Amino acid sequence: MNIINIEHIAKIYQVGSEEVHALRDVSLKINKNEYVAIMGPSGSGKSTLMNILGCLDTPTKGLYDFKGTNVSQMNDNELAAIRNKEIGFVFQTFNLLPRSDALHNVELPMIYAGVSSYDRKERARLALDHVGLSDRIHHKPNELSGGQRQRVAIARALVTAPSIILADEPTGNLDTKTGEDIMALFNEIFEQGNTIILVTHEEYIAEHAARIIRLRDGLIERDEDVTKRYVPKKNGASKL
Amino acid sequence: MKNYLFELKEGLLISLRAIRANKVRAVLTTLGIVIGIASVVLMSTAIKGIDNAFQKGVASLGSDNLYIDKWQWFNNDIPFWQMRNRRNITLADYKRYKELAKLPAASAPTVWSNQTIKQKEHSVEFIFVQGTTDEYINTTNLNFSEGRFFNEIESNGGREVCVLGSEVAKKLFPRGGAIDNDIKIKGHKFKVIGVLAEQGSWVMGNFNPDNQAFIPIQNIFKYFQSENFRSVTFNVRAPNSQMVEAVKEEAVGIMRRVRGLKYNEENDFSINQQEALLKTINQTVGVIQIAGLFITGLSLFVGAIGIMNIMFVSVKERTREIGIRKAIGAKRRSILGQFIIESAIICLIGGMIGLVIAIILSLIINQFLPTSVQADAFILAIVISILTGVLSGFAPAYTAAKLDPVEALRYE
Repeated sequence: MNIINIEHIAKIYQVGSEEVHALRDVSLKINKNEYVAIMGPSGSGKSTLMNILGCLDTPTKGLYDFKGTNVSQMNDNELAAIRNKEIGFVFQTFNLLPRSDALHNVELPMIYAGVSSYDRKERARLALDHVGLSDRIHHKPNELSGGQRQRVAIARALVTAPSIILADEPTGNLDTKTGEDIMALFNEIFEQGNTIILVTHEEYIAEHAARIIRLRDGLIERDEDVTKRYVPKKNGASKL
Repeated sequence: MKNYLFELKEGLLISLRAIRANKVRAVLTTLGIVIGIASVVLMSTAIKGIDNAFQKGVASLGSDNLYIDKWQWFNNDIPFWQMRNRRNITLADYKRYKELAKLPAASAPTVWSNQTIKQKEHSVEFIFVQGTTDEYINTTNLNFSEGRFFNEIESNGGREVCVLGSEVAKKLFPRGGAIDNDIKIKGHKFKVIGVLAEQGSWVMGNFNPDNQAFIPIQNIFKYFQSENFRSVTFNVRAPNSQMVEAVKEEAVGIMRRVRGLKYNEENDFSINQQEALLKTINQTVGVIQIAGLFITGLSLFVGAIGIMNIMFVSVKERTREIGIRKAIGAKRRSILGQFIIESAIICLIGGMIGLVIAIILSLIINQFLPTSVQADAFILAIVISILTGVLSGFAPAYTAAKLDPVEALRYE
């Protein structure tokens, strides 16, 4: 089943008097429980594509169909509702509220979804437990390590049970070891039936995914299934 | 409805978190509102106090009283020169009026003289010495703290007796014991036979009985000024308020006869009433009110601009936070609400502090000037401060709500 279906989308920015074509003509489909990596050098349009996929932005041209709904023409508030319900974000810089503890950070999307305070706390606790932080729920971001912060962010992304998890360079600010731990967590989440879209420019991170989409100059350069290249280990997909 | 309540509650919690995180800034920001609300409340209690004092002063005149005078006290229609050219009203006029008037409960002539009163080394200047008759006391609501008013015999005989207002007595006899002692008015000896209870209607100035002395009317003419020097005023009291109009009509008829006016001549006297005074006072208080509240309103306005300024800074500073909130699903309305509630709470806190300061100050000021702290001032302060917060928070909150999440997330 298609979750995401985009057809011939383009995004044009007006910078001064010049038009910048961030995306020229991109079409792709993403199914439920896929693990997709979007790769490309800077300027390739991968950030723009991620913003559009994440409903943070709308395309200038083309159609974006999200679970059977056309979101390419939606207004701010409608997009906010889609993001709240359907998309879990994990950012390179974690993007946690600095003055709130882990629990409140995880509660945040549920506040905007209108979940009652009691239910919110329960679900946030469960999500933090899920990412292995049940003993850190009252710590503020500056009292947590980078890896722990990213786990809080992942818990926040998972807590609303979204249709897709959108991770933008999730290991970019972490050391290699911690990065590997985080990628292992993503593998686990994927195996539980989630759909993950990973934006990265690092080959070894992208290789965790089952499918790699390579962008260049606002166009899809290559879209390949990479599972066949792997020798599956008992722990799911892994590096060669 | 339930949805809005939920959002309001969450907005409140979010705002409280934000305020707690920036305590110092919140306190500094409230300062403008504290001063603004304090001055508005203080001003409104002061105006209320002044108004009360006026009303009390007017009430002390008695609502059933008429004052027949050469002058119209609160003149809007008769030109000044026309009144000045009127013949003085004399004591003889009063005697004929009294003979003819059937309706009044009491009436008395009064004439005043500005004098210095001495008692041994004590002396008070510019005292309104009222010359009148024994009936005067029946035209007023005055009470005595000691002694009595002069009686018919003393009045008719023009005895050298006097009744002192409370302030005058206090200054001449700081240790009390005024009764049966002598004072000197312009060097003439008078025996104190009574001291009035304090009236407290300070706004009436010279008309405040506290600052007056009363002597039999003949003594004014005998010692201080000739009979024609100043026109006599008749204090006339109607038996009850329904009779006021009748007494007034009768007085007009009698006075025209007494003054020998022909049918085509205009009245050369005026009949004054408390109502006219009240009207003038209300106008005056109204002007004070508008001016006072306008000036203090300006300080509140400055405070509001301060809040707006800080809220703009706060929005700028928290751009990234706004980006995060929007990315994970906050609608424009939620962000708008969050910042408006924050600014309303800051203003409300400021308003409460301002209110407390105003109450303390007005209690202190009350030692010198009358103030009146009323429940409506509290409600007003709270409503105004919340309103100020909402209005001054709106523009910053709107810019926050409108932020593009992509841009906001990229903001460093």
